[in-house]
Amino acid sequence: MEPSTTARRAVITAEALDDVLIALTAAGYQPVGPVVRDSAIVLDALGSAADLPHGRGTETSPGHYRLRDRSDGAVFGHSTGPQSWKQYLHPARRKLWSADRDPASGDFAPEPVAEVPVRYAFVGVRPCDLAAIRILNRALRRDENAEGPFIVAVECGDPGATCFCASTGSGPGCTDSGEGYDLALTELTGSAGHRFLVTVGTARGASILDAVPHAAAPQSAVMTARRIVAEARGRMGRTLPDTDLRVLLARSAEAERWDDVASRCLACGNCTMVCPTCFCTSVEDTTDLTGDHAERWESWDSCFDIDYSYIHGGAVRTSAKSRYRQWLTHKFGTWHDQFGSSGCVGCGRCIAWCPVGIDVTEELAALDETIEPETAR
Amino acid sequence: MTGKPKVAVFKFASCDGCQLTLLDCEDELLALADAVEIAHFTEATRTSLPGPYDLALVEGSITTPEDAERIEQVRAQSKFLVVIGACATAGGIQALRNFGDVREFTQAVYARPDYISTLAHSTPIADHVPVDFELRGCPIDRGQLLEVITAFLAGRKPRIPDRSVCYECKARGLVCVTVAHGTPCLGPVTHAGCGAICPAFARGCFGCFGPARGANTPALIELLHQQGESPERIARFFHTFNAASPAFAKASQDAAAPEDMP
Repeated sequence: MEPSTTARRAVITAEALDDVLIALTAAGYQPVGPVVRDSAIVLDALGSAADLPHGRGTETSPGHYRLRDRSDGAVFGHSTGPQSWKQYLHPARRKLWSADRDPASGDFAPEPVAEVPVRYAFVGVRPCDLAAIRILNRALRRDENAEGPFIVAVECGDPGATCFCASTGSGPGCTDSGEGYDLALTELTGSAGHRFLVTVGTARGASILDAVPHAAAPQSAVMTARRIVAEARGRMGRTLPDTDLRVLLARSAEAERWDDVASRCLACGNCTMVCPTCFCTSVEDTTDLTGDHAERWESWDSCFDIDYSYIHGGAVRTSAKSRYRQWLTHKFGTWHDQFGSSGCVGCGRCIAWCPVGIDVTEELAALDETIEPETAR
Repeated sequence: MTGKPKVAVFKFASCDGCQLTLLDCEDELLALADAVEIAHFTEATRTSLPGPYDLALVEGSITTPEDAERIEQVRAQSKFLVVIGACATAGGIQALRNFGDVREFTQAVYARPDYISTLAHSTPIADHVPVDFELRGCPIDRGQLLEVITAFLAGRKPRIPDRSVCYECKARGLVCVTVAHGTPCLGPVTHAGCGAICPAFARGCFGCFGPARGANTPALIELLHQQGESPERIARFFHTFNAASPAFAKASQDAAAPEDMP
């Protein structure tokens, strides 16, 4: 596709990233983005652009993640890490209300938690994670018109070995139409110097760009950005089988492959917690020693926990086989029926952060190979 | 009679660390003393009131013929019996004797082994009497102990998730030490409750809380093997505070003899 002539574009220097953060802070946002901690790239508050992982890349494979140095000094030369924006949009633990017993009447009335919403600016959101934020908002029935966090997306130039966003249609580039972002960056590290092509997605994105030193984007920079994304598309570490996964999974309920994967699966729940779209929670009520104070908390749950399927009389998915099947079938199959899209965005986190390296693309391919052609049709 | 529930704390073969956790509840101690009557707790007070008790907290494993009788008496006097810690729930570190010859040990250690009266095995309380709840850990977690006592007072089920340590690790936003550092970690097969203390300090989980329900230890053994750990070392990973828990006992056996594994 030819570059859009309507999208507003500009070029900023690598040094101007700091000006972007200053402008965001001045506009009342708390910037968060990738930082190096404990030998991984995680998400945290950004004080300045110096906090970003300059010159650090990632090397991933099933069950494996290592940082590596990059000679090009790229700031966003890494693929997804162990965390996702879910931790801000859908925190691991959240108090819903608390209540105190009225000594006179003995009654109690729940009082909602007075939350002061933080106006986040997410810096460095990958196209796969833009799709994940969209899917998560839909699953959580969030108002799509409500003012969300300011989003600085960054197109992917160097996908990891566990990435497959080209298969899920969620990357490695952003759309020109500004879907999901306020500003989109493409990192250019070539001979013309370390720069970023900036595409403006919204009016508030334009006002941040206006506060930052920038130049008109030459057509050569736009074409270079296009090439970077096109080449990244060709370097995906993984692909999904070229078949209708909804049909495949619907017909694979009795496949022998589930026994095979269950023998390897630790049922530890890591895949669901690193998944940027897994949204399940449980709600628990607590009381204190006096019995006069109660609280209700929401916390991440997972279909890999046996108690997740606990109903009157016991859990219905006690085997790891049934729990793995539930997760994969929901993520790639029945998610369509529930939310109108796949639940997978191809970020590869579940592959890299599975301690035993179970690879969803490999499992789906194995199901695709073993299902009888006549029944799959 | 004060009308408050009577709580008693009993010790069997143990290090006292778990009942000490009760005294460690510094901020909540006054509220606790308000809510219950501490009827018997020798680590805290020499006052000892006779049973029956509404709630007995039992620490330690059964290692002597006398204790095997005493736990029957504790059970008979207690409406609810909650066992606390790896000794009481799995036999503790002293259950390593279960894998050796205790007679040989006493002869090596004591000048007069004939003075020693001990059982061949260290066993959890539930092997001897019915138990109402097992709280895991070596030692137990302070917050979880308060939750169990609070739940007992409120007449509800304690909120003690029986899932892997990985849930707590990820909820804290920690980086997986196995995936990112190649560090051996028992987290994926270990019962949550500690809050992932060791991964927070870039150490692998030691398995202090024993096996999580449905723990797939063969898959973890295979991973540890791929990480370059020898069968002997892998067997030792499982041979600690919960060595005699059925899942970890089988794991250490599987690890030591990998050719016999399924």
